[in-house]
Amino acid sequence: MNIDSTTDAFHHVQTAHCENGVTTALLQYHGLDFMTEPLAFGMGSGLFYIQIPFLTINNGPAISFRTMPGAIFKRTCKSLGVEVTRKKFSNPVAAEAFLDQKVKEGVPVGCQVGVFHLTYFPKEYRFHFNAHNLIVYGSEDNRYMISDPVMEDVTSLSREELTRVRFAQGPLAPKGHIYFPESVKKISEDTIRKGIVKGINRNVRDMLRIPGNFAGVDGIRHTAGHIRKWRDKLGLKKASLYLGQIVRMQEEIGTGGGGFRFLYGAFLEEAAAYMQDDRLLQVSEDFTKAGDMWRASAIKMAGVYKGRLTEQKDFEEIADMLVDIRLVEKEAFQKLSRFNLGK
Amino acid sequence: MKKEDLPQEPGALSRLTREVCYVKNEDGKYETALSDGWNVKKDALDSAWVEVNERIEEARKAVMNGEKSPIYYFMELRLMDVGVLSGYTGNFTFFTKRHFKPSVFKDLSERQLAKYASAFDITVSELKNFKG
Repeated sequence: MNIDSTTDAFHHVQTAHCENGVTTALLQYHGLDFMTEPLAFGMGSGLFYIQIPFLTINNGPAISFRTMPGAIFKRTCKSLGVEVTRKKFSNPVAAEAFLDQKVKEGVPVGCQVGVFHLTYFPKEYRFHFNAHNLIVYGSEDNRYMISDPVMEDVTSLSREELTRVRFAQGPLAPKGHIYFPESVKKISEDTIRKGIVKGINRNVRDMLRIPGNFAGVDGIRHTAGHIRKWRDKLGLKKASLYLGQIVRMQEEIGTGGGGFRFLYGAFLEEAAAYMQDDRLLQVSEDFTKAGDMWRASAIKMAGVYKGRLTEQKDFEEIADMLVDIRLVEKEAFQKLSRFNLGK
Repeated sequence: MKKEDLPQEPGALSRLTREVCYVKNEDGKYETALSDGWNVKKDALDSAWVEVNERIEEARKAVMNGEKSPIYYFMELRLMDVGVLSGYTGNFTFFTKRHFKPSVFKDLSERQLAKYASAFDITVSELKNFKG
């Protein structure tokens, strides 16, 4: 959050993750100067893990390190008592008209887009991924002014370019999804504290008590179990591609597994200050450790897809690393659960 | 991760932007820092593209040998799968799969061909005349 590009009122905010960024920038625009990316992420209970059964993405396992798209914005706003408007459209013309109206009113809005046709992205990154988020904050010379939170600076898109990415197709198709805070009241420290507690408690529930073995901390062990079998079941080549896909979902821009753990550590650090509770600082350290372990596992996986590591024992070691990460995250959430921070 | 350990290894993304990362400073507090990239990620992306290019090449050969229709090739070329492609054309996936057959493809209506061409960002004649 160190680089701001200023227009009349809207400030571009660069963040590690797009939805956090949209949430942070829009709430800051509406006068909530205290809002930061870690706070939005934590209040929105953003940390998660799931290996979605039976689903493949880009011909590999479907793993997510974060909660459902849209949830962070929704939950954070709700906790703060901020009313939001969200709309989806079946008709692109109606979607354009609604956006134009908002632009005319001078209201910055969040849009969900697909990245495949997103012209300013490098070609190497343009897969069919439909849960990217950006802010439209004005128009100039028939181009929309765009604040993409993962970028250092603002950019612009033509009408055709923007409509195209707003109506990208495939899984999680955005359908012109547009969202923005409607009315923002003054917010007390007490409301923030309540939002923090709610965010933590919901995250504890999602990671520890979600049913099934493929989500939450148990999901990490589930994936570890798969990794042990991949080499024999799929052959070395496909197995290394699968590991590559995990790393891309884990560390790539806009997703970030290790990165999300650091973000959660940063959130707990901020939470400790709001709550005057140093116990949260210790748990923050646990998440820093988990983040470092995720990164170490990525380095090991890279050894496989670069062809340096080829043995079954390497796959076993990677799986063991994930099992260790699960333990660290499980204990961290159990600590948070035991703190009894309130409702 | 400590601030001094943050990798600065340029990849495809660094042409566009640096990324924000959360790192620990000298006082053990979190702060943000900008990274140019990380080779571990770059290699993962590279290996994904090797795989993509292999799939495109296989699809091209399949069209050349008369096993698949051009729709199959352009689907791979545009990194789509059956679900994504069906989303863009509005067809059911069952029909999309049928349209991979050269025998079905040659009898497709102009309207269908136009839908596919627009999904692939090409002209109808490019689609029709692709021989692999």
